[in-house]
Amino acid sequence: MTRQLLSANHAAALAATLAARANRKDKGFVSGVYPITPSTECMEYLCNQKIEKGRVVRVESEHSAMGVCIGGAAGGARTFTATSSNGLAYMVENCIAAANLRLPVVMAVANRTLGPPWNIWADQGDALLLRDAGIVQFFCASNQEVFDTVLTAFRLAEDKRVMMPVMVCMEGFILSHTTAEIDVPEQGQVDDFLPPTDVPHRLADVPHTLGQVEVPHQTECHRFQHHTAMLGVPEVCLGIQREFGTLFGHHPADPVVAYRAEDAETLIVSMGTIGITAERVVDALREKGQRVGALRVRLFRPLPQDLIRAAFAGTKRIAVLDRNIGLGLGGVLWSDTRALADPGAVVQNYLTGLGGGDVRPEHIEKIVADIASRKISGAPALMEAV
Amino acid sequence: MDTPCSTVRSDAIFRQGNTNCGGCGMSLTLQMLRRAVGDHPVQLVVPACCGAVAGGTFPQSVFGVPTIMSTFASAPAVASGLASVAALNGDKTRIIVLAGDGGTFDIGFATLSAAAERNEDILFICYDNEIYGNTGGQRSSATPQGAVTSNTLDGKPEQKKDMLAVMAAHRIPYAASVSLAHLEDTKRKLSYAVAKEGFRFLHVLSPCPTGWKSEPALGLELVRLAVRSGLWPVYEIFDGKRYVVNIEPDFSEEALDLYLTLQRRFQKSGLKASDLKPAIEKNWQVLRALSGRIVPAQRER
Repeated sequence: MTRQLLSANHAAALAATLAARANRKDKGFVSGVYPITPSTECMEYLCNQKIEKGRVVRVESEHSAMGVCIGGAAGGARTFTATSSNGLAYMVENCIAAANLRLPVVMAVANRTLGPPWNIWADQGDALLLRDAGIVQFFCASNQEVFDTVLTAFRLAEDKRVMMPVMVCMEGFILSHTTAEIDVPEQGQVDDFLPPTDVPHRLADVPHTLGQVEVPHQTECHRFQHHTAMLGVPEVCLGIQREFGTLFGHHPADPVVAYRAEDAETLIVSMGTIGITAERVVDALREKGQRVGALRVRLFRPLPQDLIRAAFAGTKRIAVLDRNIGLGLGGVLWSDTRALADPGAVVQNYLTGLGGGDVRPEHIEKIVADIASRKISGAPALMEAV
Repeated sequence: MDTPCSTVRSDAIFRQGNTNCGGCGMSLTLQMLRRAVGDHPVQLVVPACCGAVAGGTFPQSVFGVPTIMSTFASAPAVASGLASVAALNGDKTRIIVLAGDGGTFDIGFATLSAAAERNEDILFICYDNEIYGNTGGQRSSATPQGAVTSNTLDGKPEQKKDMLAVMAAHRIPYAASVSLAHLEDTKRKLSYAVAKEGFRFLHVLSPCPTGWKSEPALGLELVRLAVRSGLWPVYEIFDGKRYVVNIEPDFSEEALDLYLTLQRRFQKSGLKASDLKPAIEKNWQVLRALSGRIVPAQRER
């Protein structure tokens, strides 16, 4: 184990590199990459690593980047790509194909606002395009978390009970370009953590066709199988986390991270780095005697409903902070979780930092004051309007 | 003449019971491929096209080799992934893309160009029925001048994209047009293209009785007429610079006339053989110059 100063982009690429090398004795590693701000440094770093039995294909578009990963995974190799924003939007068709084909592709996404109008700053709307596609989605809040999550993503994606793409999200610039010291394991430790990639339905000697025409009841069954496999992800995650902790000496972050939430009357719920700011606010308000807690949803798909419901239980006021907006309804995390609160609880949505706006402690303090004054839940509110 | 083929693959690549129309050029291409691959292990990548439908419904498969259906625009990228795995693992598997004209000329064009530029170890076969057959026959950059499609009811006024010239500009190791009416030439090219390393592109004029509105039994005859008239030049390009004309047309106006009148797709636009002649002549002037053969090598018999 060494300590290294890395941006989250580089941390993701280093984790992918270690995972790639770990498959050198089996089918190897294949990646398709295409640059886009603010994810570019991830693919650059990957392209500049020496990977025994690995090939990083510098393609002409994100669509093809995922195409190469589909081919690589269908051939039985370990696969990875990284992208952001419109790049992810351009990749969507093939992301859905990879998911439907149940291929264990790992992707790092630096969340960025979709355009035009062009805006390169953080917004989770890009990843949320793929909310319902059968892709496991993690939203991270630190560089260490990005590194750990990418490493575990390979293990998770390639687990026979899961066998589907895993997306690891980091907010553009806020994480992607911020350097921090992180723990990096040795190659030997990663080799022990990641068994050889085995895609059971890969193209091999016995002729079969992947992705052929299906009739309605077959699609229905396959979708439900996929859905059921997704529902099993939190439990598979727990097992992988335990093993990770034993091998690497620190416990990776949980699917849902609760902070001083047990006796909280007001809960600040969010995804990504806003959750870290919320924890600072919780500390400050607790000092003043307010019973406030925070809940960070790290695993967003599948949504760990039981864990969130348990955290919501007994909480009177729940402020859901979304760095995204489902236009015509409201924040996506809010719309997905509001039904998990106790009946009668005030669940108020705050749209915070859309398009990359800074979300500072004072913003969140205002939000906590705002929800305290509410008797019933209202329509989603813009942070600036609070 | 070419020697008859000695090693026909024992298992069909395209099995009986497929749903292709009678007289489909893609079926013929795959039967010829079987006779050309020898004992090379093969994996197929098929983008959205008639080939994806012909594959049959899960779990039965018409393809006798491991096959993956890719999204419409992505076959060369998916093939690049498979080719990478084969290369990394030192296995001899040949990766073959079987794509229609849409996945080649239009929506798949950027991906194709990029894979060619990277010189990926892929054989790309375009079975070009000029007609977007899978969606029912719409206009494309592969539609020939004068052909009526479901969304150009008066016939397409523009000329077809010169795909082989575009591929030659990528300086790929091998690019060739194929006439299914000339079986030995077809088999020779397929065998060469399967074995050759790097990016190879085969452009097959693929009769489509449904889209061409022609007699299914006449498909190969129509291809022969297209070759005879000079409308479909049969040639190959090595490394983007050495041009070899394989079959010498007799530039028969009667052949061109028959080609047009035996397909109802050309009828409504009022296109006549004489309308196409200048373009054919111009095309052949260029081909003569590129191939360095001013005098025809061998007449089609």
